[in-house]
Amino acid sequence: MLTKRIIPCLDIKDGRTVKGVNFEHIRDAGDPIALGAFYAAQGADELVFLDITATVEKRKTLSELVNKIAHKINIPFTVGGGIKTEEDVHVLLQNGADKISINTAAFLDPTLIKRFANKFGSQCVVLAIDAKCEADNNWYVYLNGGRTKTDKLVKDWAREAVDLGVGEILLTSMNHDGTKKGFAIEITADLSEILPVPIIASGGGGHQQHFYDVFTKGKADAALAASIFHYKEVAIPDLKHFLHEQGIVIRL
Amino acid sequence: MNTVIIQYNAGNIQSVLYALERLGVQAKVTDDLETIQSADKVIFPGVGEASTAMRYLQERGLDKVIANLNQPVLGICLGMQLMCAYSEENQTSCLGIFEEKVKLFKPTEETIKVPQIGWNTIASLKSDLFKGVNENSYAYFVHGYYAALGNHTIGTTHYIQPYSCALHKQNFYGVQFHPEKSAKVGEQIIQNFLNLSIRK
Repeated sequence: MLTKRIIPCLDIKDGRTVKGVNFEHIRDAGDPIALGAFYAAQGADELVFLDITATVEKRKTLSELVNKIAHKINIPFTVGGGIKTEEDVHVLLQNGADKISINTAAFLDPTLIKRFANKFGSQCVVLAIDAKCEADNNWYVYLNGGRTKTDKLVKDWAREAVDLGVGEILLTSMNHDGTKKGFAIEITADLSEILPVPIIASGGGGHQQHFYDVFTKGKADAALAASIFHYKEVAIPDLKHFLHEQGIVIRL
Repeated sequence: MNTVIIQYNAGNIQSVLYALERLGVQAKVTDDLETIQSADKVIFPGVGEASTAMRYLQERGLDKVIANLNQPVLGICLGMQLMCAYSEENQTSCLGIFEEKVKLFKPTEETIKVPQIGWNTIASLKSDLFKGVNENSYAYFVHGYYAALGNHTIGTTHYIQPYSCALHKQNFYGVQFHPEKSAKVGEQIIQNFLNLSIRK
């Protein structure tokens, strides 16, 4: 059976991992290649590298970094951050990325999705959505790293994007992100039930039980987290054994 | 040993090249017919669409060269599908090395998600390609079309229904999953392919 996936996310700035990471196994915890390889060896099913480098000049180093990661890592990985053109995608895929993730640029110009999907295949186009539940109990799409609100409902945008050709959706709940109180179960399940593409749940994972909940009640295909892995609050082998014992299909 | 990766208009070629590098093998990426014919081992990778890929192969005479190779050949993902007789993806006649047909996954009420993306088990494993690989090991898959079960099936995976995750006929091998992205299991399978005896 197809397994549920556990995906650590690494934020990259100027070629270095951002969040303070503390692993005794790794000589240089700021090195995204070493950290990615460590997670792969630990049993991570995929990796996401999100480039939050502010300037375009420094972003050029991203493709070099992606190339080094691809040489080292034997599991699939996605690269996101600032991707706007076919050329951006081409360079990243050529350097060995398996998928790319797009967010604000796709919202501002949805034809981007269609062009990327036609040229590179839907399987490598991941749409990241930053979602926030407002007082009216509706989930809205946010842009620019959560700084800009839109009037678009998450469900509508997700449906539109799937019709245009995205192959997966990475859904981050801004209400849950950083709380460690669990993932956004309802909206994740809503999207997973109506859309024919995998949903990666993100934001709020703090304990093993939260992952169980988002895979069962939330019907997520994959769950992504960052700091709980970086700070060793949850170890990937322990998490996967726990899920396996609870009857979740997972790769051990 | 001289290993080549066939260059054509499909993705994941770099990933295969790097996976071989991790095993200490420096492969050549080429679409040169003679270089391919004289190689000890040939890898035919691919992520993409069947009819576009077939047209590209035909325009360069690669279709005939691949089908007539005598050394061990490993097709990966779309590469394996193109080695089959026919693909439902844009009604494409393929290389016809394996008689199996390639069909589109039809979503059911329980499984609505097509393509299949992620880790799934490989079982009923036969042939030296899977030496040292346990039954029900996990491999990484990304595909919307599948090769049906047939005479040449040497591995079975279940998604919506059972299908061929690996095929073998004479010197030709194909895997639907991505060994280059399937962690240790994938490395073992690539190593096994590299260890196959050479007949040219």
